[in-house]
Amino acid sequence: MTTLPDKTDRKMGLVIDLDTCVGCHACVISCKGWNTENYGAPLSDQDPYGSDPSGTFLNRVHSYEVQPEQGAAQLIHFPKSCLHCDDAPCVTVCPTGASYKRVEDGIVLVNESDCIGCGLCAWACPYGAREMDAAEGVMKKCTLCVDRIYNENLPEEDRVPACVRTCPAGARHFGDLGDPDSDVSRLSAERGGMDLMPEQGTKPVNKYLPPRPKDRIEDQIDVLAPLLEPIAADTGGFIGWLDKALSRLPGGTI
Amino acid sequence: MHPAPSVIIFTTLSGLGFGLLFWLGIGLPPVTGWVAFVFFAIAFALAAGGLMVSTFHLGHPERALKAFTQWRSSWLSREGICAVAALATMGLYAIGAVFLGATWRPVGIIGAVLSLGTVFTTSMIYAQLRSVPRWNSWLTPALFLSLGLSGGALLAGQTAIAAPLLAVAATVQLAAWQKGDTALQRSGSTMASATGLGGIGEVRAFEPPHTGTNYLLREFVHVVGRRHSRRLRVIAFALAFVVPLLLLFLPFSHALAGLAALAHLAGVACSRWLFFAEAEHVVGLYYGKRQPAPGAQPIS
Repeated sequence: MTTLPDKTDRKMGLVIDLDTCVGCHACVISCKGWNTENYGAPLSDQDPYGSDPSGTFLNRVHSYEVQPEQGAAQLIHFPKSCLHCDDAPCVTVCPTGASYKRVEDGIVLVNESDCIGCGLCAWACPYGAREMDAAEGVMKKCTLCVDRIYNENLPEEDRVPACVRTCPAGARHFGDLGDPDSDVSRLSAERGGMDLMPEQGTKPVNKYLPPRPKDRIEDQIDVLAPLLEPIAADTGGFIGWLDKALSRLPGGTI
Repeated sequence: MHPAPSVIIFTTLSGLGFGLLFWLGIGLPPVTGWVAFVFFAIAFALAAGGLMVSTFHLGHPERALKAFTQWRSSWLSREGICAVAALATMGLYAIGAVFLGATWRPVGIIGAVLSLGTVFTTSMIYAQLRSVPRWNSWLTPALFLSLGLSGGALLAGQTAIAAPLLAVAATVQLAAWQKGDTALQRSGSTMASATGLGGIGEVRAFEPPHTGTNYLLREFVHVVGRRHSRRLRVIAFALAFVVPLLLLFLPFSHALAGLAALAHLAGVACSRWLFFAEAEHVVGLYYGKRQPAPGAQPIS
């Protein structure tokens, strides 16, 4: 049913730390690796070894340059995947009931055997979180690794989404954002976790932690600079003679 | 948005076809027998032919029947139901008019309402999308409905009705273009809001996620040159409204009426191409492909 549940028991989602992300794309690769060989249709590539390769990805990492009013520009790596929105516009537009939001944990999923591949859900998503697989003709999206997080065949430390498990920087956190006392909720509250495009009214579950304020390198130089001033006032010897001789040449300073 | 031929052909033809079915349903013109057969053949060819073409862009057309199930929430599902109901009702009415010489007015009126409903539900598929600010306006259903009604009247040979309706559709078209050009800016979605980084400073896309293209760029980030689109708007407006209106004021002949309908069809197809090609999906902001709204950035 493509009507949204009034409320979900839990709101499983991700907290992504833009301060910590180093832009290594390991989450992109582990996501593609896990999801191409597990739940649903594989994530196909077109012309993978040719001149114009493209493919289906459920997680992509953008990089942005942000120029503050004063100080140096900052480079921020920005992983983007499905935000499992509370008010998910992709679900309600689906004509077949293939798209749905689960009542038990809030995960937005696609039942691929019901998907007609009309693409309207991808049109409705402002974040570009859904991609039509060119080989299978069905819509693919992040499942929050629903086949890992409840999978008792996996060791307990692996029962998190593949992107979270693989992140070498610890920039991705998984948990219940509906519980205000969960680790992810407290982390988000502490660090000012934000919604992407709140004006779109989607009420995303995933939160992004803004980069912490940067140290100002100019200020640090100012602190140390007096110690680095030349202290030799009177120069003599060979260096003193050379300095005077060079200064006397045309173009030199006296 | 990518201007997919299947969707442009579908919305153009079926809009015109259901517009004609509306007028036939309310008995303008009150045709029976062979004349009715010709009118209904044209209307069904346009409406049903358009619907057939629309299935070409589906990844799995064999599952299309499932699209009738989610009418509670989905405008696309409502459109499918409305279209089938309109075609069935008007089919029944056509059987009466063509073979029995009967005009079952209540059936015709129900069919006319369903035909108009189909055009409306089609337009709401686009108008409901907040992610495409240019479409997310009451002007989208107004445009689809006024084009369907005026084009239908033109095909039905109702010159007295067609002329004022064409003028209304032309006005709505101009308003849709004018309001549409500032829609992205008014939506409040910018690179700053998309990334949440606007509080730090001016945001610039430094590196895309992949060196190649992808589904999102192909489907949502179609950029039309400004001069190119201005020229196409003039062509669309002249063909869809100006030429048919001029021809309507000449003494009536079937050749001129046919010419007016063809010009209108070509103009609407051109306008529909622009409807898709000019529409800016906000996902383009993540790729730095949309000009940020002037003044929306904290630092210029």
